[in-house]
Parts: sequence; structure tokens; C-alpha cells
Amino acid sequence: MKLNRRDFMRFSASAAALTLLPLSGCARALRTQASPRVVVIGGGYAGATAAKYLRMWSAGRIEVVVIEPKPSFISCPLSNLVLGGSKTLADLTFGYDGLQQHGIQLVQDTVTAIDPLARKLQLTRGELPYDKLVIAPGVDFIYDSLPVLDNAEAQQQVPHAWKAGPQTVLLQQQLAAMPDGGVFVMSVPKAPYRCPPGPYERVCQVASYFSQHKPKAKIIVLDANPEITSKKALFAKVWAELYAGMIDYRPNSQLTEVDVAAREVKTEFETVSADVLNIIPPQRAGKVAQLVGAANVDKRWCEVDFLSYASKVVPDTYIIGDSVSAALPKSAHMATSQARVCASAILATLAGQEPDPQPVFANTCYSFVNARMAMHVAHVYRYDLDKKIMLPAEGGGVSVQPSEQEGQYAYAWAQNIWSDVLT
Amino acid sequence: MLLRLTVLGLFYAPLLAVAGPDHVTTLAASCAACHGTNGNSVGGTPVLAGLDASHFRKQMQDFKSGVRPSTVMQRHAKGLTDAEIDGLALFFSQQPRRPASLPTHPR
Ligand code: HEC
Repeated sequence: MKLNRRDFMRFSASAAALTLLPLSGCARALRTQASPRVVVIGGGYAGATAAKYLRMWSAGRIEVVVIEPKPSFISCPLSNLVLGGSKTLADLTFGYDGLQQHGIQLVQDTVTAIDPLARKLQLTRGELPYDKLVIAPGVDFIYDSLPVLDNAEAQQQVPHAWKAGPQTVLLQQQLAAMPDGGVFVMSVPKAPYRCPPGPYERVCQVASYFSQHKPKAKIIVLDANPEITSKKALFAKVWAELYAGMIDYRPNSQLTEVDVAAREVKTEFETVSADVLNIIPPQRAGKVAQLVGAANVDKRWCEVDFLSYASKVVPDTYIIGDSVSAALPKSAHMATSQARVCASAILATLAGQEPDPQPVFANTCYSFVNARMAMHVAHVYRYDLDKKIMLPAEGGGVSVQPSEQEGQYAYAWAQNIWSDVLT
Repeated sequence: MLLRLTVLGLFYAPLLAVAGPDHVTTLAASCAACHGTNGNSVGGTPVLAGLDASHFRKQMQDFKSGVRPSTVMQRHAKGLTDAEIDGLALFFSQQPRRPASLPTHPR
């Protein structure tokens, strides 16, 4: 690992803190009088799950605080269906009151600084000490190669719609306002990014909307990857059969320039004009991970111990969900599976035990190809004792074909994961 | 690091007096995405809470072998060991059935 100046300051601060430890040890001894406090930053799938299971599995013996700037939870899974027209954003928006019923404290605020050695963090409204810190900040967008998109006005013209919310509605409105015969251009970043099959599901949903309302419209997919990164054969078949002649897929098409006003993009090979332009930017660990210095892999993702999701570089700090550096799909189910292993390990650690030496968990991603039919990719992952990472177990794979039956199960998945995470 | 651990050791009694959940409990929780918390599904998938352990074990083994056709369960059953399936059968058989609910939409 190369250290920059800021890293160095952090490390020297850490050396100083070592000599002061008896003091912080005293502070810690005081804290044990009360119940241990875990602060979770981020109330998405990963953070909310960690918070709930910490409370549930400890029978309320742990104080859990969730810090989330947004007033409610908006599901990214199913948000492509808003573009297809079969769901509204309101259908995917939920309150946090279910979590409060578990005795979880919700603080609607933003973290401005974290001192992992003193175990306290700074919010706009004050300071908050903790025993363990869980960060689940999702992804942050990287605009280094396309700086013109790095402002709110540009993102009003050219939405990313890769965090469900107002951006999703904006893209849906642009598609609705597009003339029949118009061209929708979507850019897919190089993997890893949040939700590997998500961009291709989006293509299906937009195609489904076009075939009902704008049958002469076209879709151009500019994919920075050499091929469809998830459920490749299935998506290719669906595009050829359900949406014949509508979708033009171009691999190895990384954007080099964007003209926001003209809605025009350049790749190494060509210039492409759009009526509606959707650029999904490259991604890295969410801002809080950067803030605490946990994003140590390429300054992008967070290296963790897969037995606990403890950061490899920041003490008493755990990272779960999309920010983790791993060859694991950045999905909602994955985020919750990691969150439960993390919660389990934190409880073991607080109880003076070793965490489970070989965690196993499930992951499934459903993709909807129209309003009713879906298909899955699913694997069990098992901790590999030699490699010390989670590896797919035998028997994983994808659907034979999309079906209405799996469409119903995909809705059941959504409802059950919402129930599990938020009530 | 060593210094830090020793120092902490001096001050640390465990902060928590209850044991953390075991391997099977944590594994069972990853089924919740489709079957609800502790197997109490809100609907659309089978409720696992309170299932008879031998029925559960048989279904899982049949998903694994393909005797029982499934859309997705074969993927989840095949990746588990027999010991894990036995542990899950016991775990879910001991879960009380509770009505599960969906979170509410904000007003
Ligand atoms: C992606 C969603 C999903 C996940 C994750 C999942 N299941 Fe299932 N489960 C289903 C579906 C759907 C069915 C119905 C059979 C089918 O089509 O696969 C089912 C059926 C079952 C049944 C049969 C119940 C009966 O009485 O017939 C059992 C037992 C079961 N699951 C156990 C589990 C366990 C244990 C896990 C976790 C290790 C798990 N499931 C994870 C979706 C899921």
C-alpha cells in the first residue's frame, strides 16, 4: 500500500493514540457500564439489516444507532420497473418506523468526520461515541473521466438513475416525453459496479415501455465491458426474441466525452447522439468509506476480513454492502447476507468469542424482462479457509429462461426482503 | 497492534454477556430474503417457521438431488452440506410462526 500525506497523518495520529490508550481504556471501561453501542452509518439494505439483526440477536442488549440522511428507504431493486411503467417510486419507498420498533435509534444526519482511534464521529448536530462502527455507504460515482457530469444541472439533463429516487423519476419522465422514433442511449461502466445485471434489466424495461408506447424508438447500449456482464445468454435471447430489432448492443464502448446540451457522447470509435441519454458512471465505495480511510484498494473499494467484515485498515470499523472489495456481486441480497455475518461476528466479538470460522450465505438476483416475467442468478457462497475469501459453492447458476412463475417469486423476494430488512 | 491488544485485555471484560448466534443461525438468516425473518414469509414463498424437521430435510435433499423440481431452491440446496441442512431443519422447526408484515409507505 502506498501512503499519501493524509494517510501518513492518520498513521502518526494512530501512533500517538497508542500511548494515550490507558486514558481511552478508562473511557471504555465507563462505557461498559451501559450497553455497548454500535453505530451504523447508512440505512440502505446492508445498514438496516445489520442494525435489525444486532438488536434481534442480542435481544436488545446492544444500543444501535443508524445514521441516514434520507427520511425514508427507497429500494433500488425493482426501480427499473418504474421505467417500464409497472411500478411507481412510491411503491418502492418505505418508512423507517419498523426499525424504530426494534429500539434502533435513527438519526437523520450526515457524518462529517470520524475518529476511529477515539471511537467517535462527528455529525452536523454534534459528536457521537461508539464501541463498534459499521459503515454501509453504498456507492459513490467517479466523474474523473467525465467531469462535465459532476454537477446537479448536468445530471438533470443526463440522469444516472443508479440510486433509486428523484433520478429514477427524472429518467422515466424523459422517456415519456421522448418522441416515437427517438433514440435512448445508455452507457454501462466497467465492472465492478452496483447490481451487475441491472443495466441489462433496465434495457428490457425501457424496451418493454417502448414496445407498448413508442414502437419506432431505438435503444443503443454503449457497454464499457467486453460483453454483457451478467446473465449474458439470457439477456441476449430476450432482446432478440421479445424486443427484436429494437436494441443495438455495442461492447467495448467506453465513453471518452459527453456533450450534455447536445446529448451526444463519444467513444474511442464513434460519436452517438441520443434523445434520452442515461450515463451510469463508474463507481467506488461510498463517501463515508473514503472519509474514514477504509477504501484502501485502488482508493476505490474497502478490503475486509470476510469472517467479520472488519476493515483491514481501520480499527473497530466494519464495512458491508457495495463498498466491499470482493469478487462478489454488489446486490441487495448480498448486502444483507454480509450484514448478517457482520452482525453475528460483532456480537461474538463483544461477547469475547471468536466469530464463525466458516460463514456460508446465499445470494439471488432476479431481473425482470417485462412487467411480469423474471429470471434469476443464484449462488451459495462459502468461506474458503485457504484463500480467506467467499467462493461460490457448487450448484449455483441462472434460470433456464425467464418465466411468469419466477416473476411472481421475484416479487415475493422483494416483499420478503423488505419485510426482513425494515420491520 | 500487540501492545494495543494487551492493553485492551487489561481493561476488557466482554462487553456483552450473551453468546453470538452460531453458524446455522447466521446461515438461516440469509434465507430470509425470500422466506422472511426466521422463516416467517409475508407470502409468495413457503413459510419455513415451524416446519416439521424431517419434512424440511426431505425437501432440501430432494431439491439437491433434483427429485423435487424447483425454480431456484436447487441452487440454494446444492451449496449446503448435509450437516448444514440438518442444522437448518432443526432451526426452522423451532421458530414460532408469527404474522409477518410489510414496511409501511411514508405518509
Ligand atoms: C431466491 C429466493 C429463495 C431463497 C434465497 C431461498 N429460498 Fe427456499 N424457496 C424459494 C422458492 C421460490 C421455493 C419454492 C420452490 C422453488 O420454485 O424453488 C422455496 C421452497 C423452499 C422449501 C420447501 C418448503 C416446503 O414446505 O415445500 C424449503 C424447505 C426452503 N425453500 C428452504 C430454504 C432455505 C433453508 C433457504 C436458505 C438456505 C432458502 N430456502 C433460500 C425461494 C428461496
